[in-house]
Amino acid sequence: MDWISPRSLTRLGILNMNRRNVDYIARYNERSSYPLVDNKLKTKLVVAEYGVKTPKLLQVVKQQHEISHFREMAEGLAGFAIKPAKGSGGKGITVITGRDEDYFVKASGARVGAPVLERHLTNILAGLYSLAGTPDVAIVENLVESAPSLARYSHQGVPDIRIVVFQGYPVMAMLRLATTASDGKANLHQGAVGVGLDIGTGKSLNAVQFNRPITLHPDTGLALENINIEDWEEMLEMASRCYEATGLGYMGVDLVVDANEGPLLLELNARPGLAIQMANGRGLLPRLRAIESLKRPHFTPRERANYAMETFASL
Amino acid sequence: MTTPSRSPFYIAVFLLITAGISLAVWRHIELGIPWLTGEQRPVWMVEARVDFDGANDSVVASLNVPAQPPGFQILTEQAASPGYGFSIIDKPGSRRAEWTKREVTGPQTLYFKAQFIPDPGAEPEPPAQPPKTKQLFWEEPQATAVREILAQAKERSSTPESMTRELIRLMQPDTRVQNTTLLMSEENYLQLLVNMLNHSGIPARTADGLKLEDARRRQQLTPFLQIYNGERWLTLNPKTAAQGVPEDLLLWRQGSESLLDVVGGDNSEISFSMLRQTVPALQLVAMQSKGNGLGFLSFYELPIEEQGMFRMLLLLPLGALVVAFMRIVIGIRTSGTFMPVLIAVAFVQTTLIPGLIAFLSVVSIGLAMRGYLSSLNLLLVSRISALIILVIFITAGLSIFGYQMGFNTGMTVTFFPMVIIAWTVERMSILWEEEGGQEVLVQGSGSLFVAISAYLLMSAPLAGHLTFNFPELHFAILGLILLMGQYTGYKLTELRRFTPMKVYD
Repeated sequence: MDWISPRSLTRLGILNMNRRNVDYIARYNERSSYPLVDNKLKTKLVVAEYGVKTPKLLQVVKQQHEISHFREMAEGLAGFAIKPAKGSGGKGITVITGRDEDYFVKASGARVGAPVLERHLTNILAGLYSLAGTPDVAIVENLVESAPSLARYSHQGVPDIRIVVFQGYPVMAMLRLATTASDGKANLHQGAVGVGLDIGTGKSLNAVQFNRPITLHPDTGLALENINIEDWEEMLEMASRCYEATGLGYMGVDLVVDANEGPLLLELNARPGLAIQMANGRGLLPRLRAIESLKRPHFTPRERANYAMETFASL
Repeated sequence: MTTPSRSPFYIAVFLLITAGISLAVWRHIELGIPWLTGEQRPVWMVEARVDFDGANDSVVASLNVPAQPPGFQILTEQAASPGYGFSIIDKPGSRRAEWTKREVTGPQTLYFKAQFIPDPGAEPEPPAQPPKTKQLFWEEPQATAVREILAQAKERSSTPESMTRELIRLMQPDTRVQNTTLLMSEENYLQLLVNMLNHSGIPARTADGLKLEDARRRQQLTPFLQIYNGERWLTLNPKTAAQGVPEDLLLWRQGSESLLDVVGGDNSEISFSMLRQTVPALQLVAMQSKGNGLGFLSFYELPIEEQGMFRMLLLLPLGALVVAFMRIVIGIRTSGTFMPVLIAVAFVQTTLIPGLIAFLSVVSIGLAMRGYLSSLNLLLVSRISALIILVIFITAGLSIFGYQMGFNTGMTVTFFPMVIIAWTVERMSILWEEEGGQEVLVQGSGSLFVAISAYLLMSAPLAGHLTFNFPELHFAILGLILLMGQYTGYKLTELRRFTPMKVYD
């Protein structure tokens, strides 16, 4: 068995589960703001007021009878995604990438008819995918077409960028790439690859899969060292802006880069995981403490993003 | 954002823990509730046997019984005397057992049994009013002799105690002078002492003591001298002048004039037999605390059935403590937060190995059936409801199958909480679909490990004893759990999880 001593963890400033829950989530996240992030529809609406772009909303299905409108809406569409508003961990998300005559083609290549999708919508409304089984709302979004510069690193699925935002300051970021092991999902504990990103430049640092360092993507075989995220400053500012929108002091912001529309907000997370530290090879604590000790916080998202880029590259 | 100071919290937790522990210590000292389960305490069982011959007449037999013997506490009293009316008559200064019967013929035997607990601290209450001396008229030449001996003793003493000691010394055969010889005859020695002390202004009386020796029969009482020193009655050996009551001496009679009065009978006799017994210390406390104000804190006041329920309930906080520790400090993942505690409770009833086998078989059969349910795409509530019914079928099937095969242990499956098992199956199956079989194995074995640890702690006899007899200790457990809620340090498993970070250090 291999262990790391608590002392060296402290020296590295690694944030642990208990401290995250007690000192950050419980202290900085208002319980009343949770529905904003646990419900994707509410997230979309609230961040739109703050100028944060999300994938275009095509339809909201709130009631059973509204399902009948789904077919006419989907008539002229090539690709879209159906999501349960309160789903978690990617459950219940169906991605349609194209059409084959009357059939819809799923991301996996399977062909399904409209009745299947309608039943899926019914299931979503009944709460099959929502936490605790409460009744839910289905949203239909425009399909995100990943920018090719990033898409080539990912095996299936859309690579997304997780940015931890603390009191409006982006403190740490990583790129998440789906693998066969993760079944096209971008969740690290399911086997996705996490690539740490330098907050100052948007360049890749280290990569981990299953908590172990790697240098090549296990499926695509591409080197993960020299990834460079474009529009980095804009993305940080976007993430920073979500703080004003939700008021959550400690959250994870998931962004994707769309080939046509640029960076889009995918979802927010009020309990972001700790694995981002391993992808970065840095601890979160020094950065979080630096922000906590700021006497005069910056007011605009741009100022905060710039402060983070200048300060945290070295922390 | 300002952070509220945590010191009031720590003070409250500290108070909780100290209150719990000090209350337990206080009850241990004050009520004698033992810390350990098997503790035994000695108890003396003394039986007084009264024999007399009835004379075809109504009988009143009145026996002096101990009221507050120094160095002992009375635990139980009972009389065995068929056909007699019996009552204990309490009067200040005398406590008597009284047997009555209308027509009595022939030899009669009455028994009075009492249990005494040695208690070095037990002291009779001092009399409310100082006793008066009884004056006796002495004739010459005794009067002069008494006066002279008393004067001699007084000269060499300063207190009632020393006066008595001197007097006893002067009356001993080897120091005897003419004056004493004049007064003394062997039979009246003690009464003479009492009379002389009373004459000199020191209230004095006789008392009878019983020397306690294991398994003795037909013992007689030994007389003792008691004097009043202005505060309380002191007991002295009339021969050696040794002051105080020896540890093995039970003062059966003190204060009252006579030991036994039988009206309507002849040839009355009394003898004592005794036995040293041991009783569990706990039982002793339970017996003593009846009617004791402190007994309110104890669950022994409740009906037996409720007591049994509370025994179980009071173990739950221990299980919760184990779960909190395992999850917060060790970092073991369990499926369902408190599922392990409920499983542990079931284990307490089924014992470990049969319980483990039953649990594993129910859950694995349930998981197999749940696989089919999941292909039906049911909604959550009906899925769980169906699962509950399936789990009941499985337990019933296992019980019947086990019984037919001759294993009674099959029956113990019924102790498992069905709803909890249904939820466990549901969670495991969702986990299987979402995270794969390995995660099911990790969380399943984590849950079982926590359940077994909780079971081992809860089934320890000492744990059951302490939680039930010192319920205040739960304050301390509560305090510990609250403290753990503030633990922000690394979990043990995180030391392993973050191992790859070593290279950056």
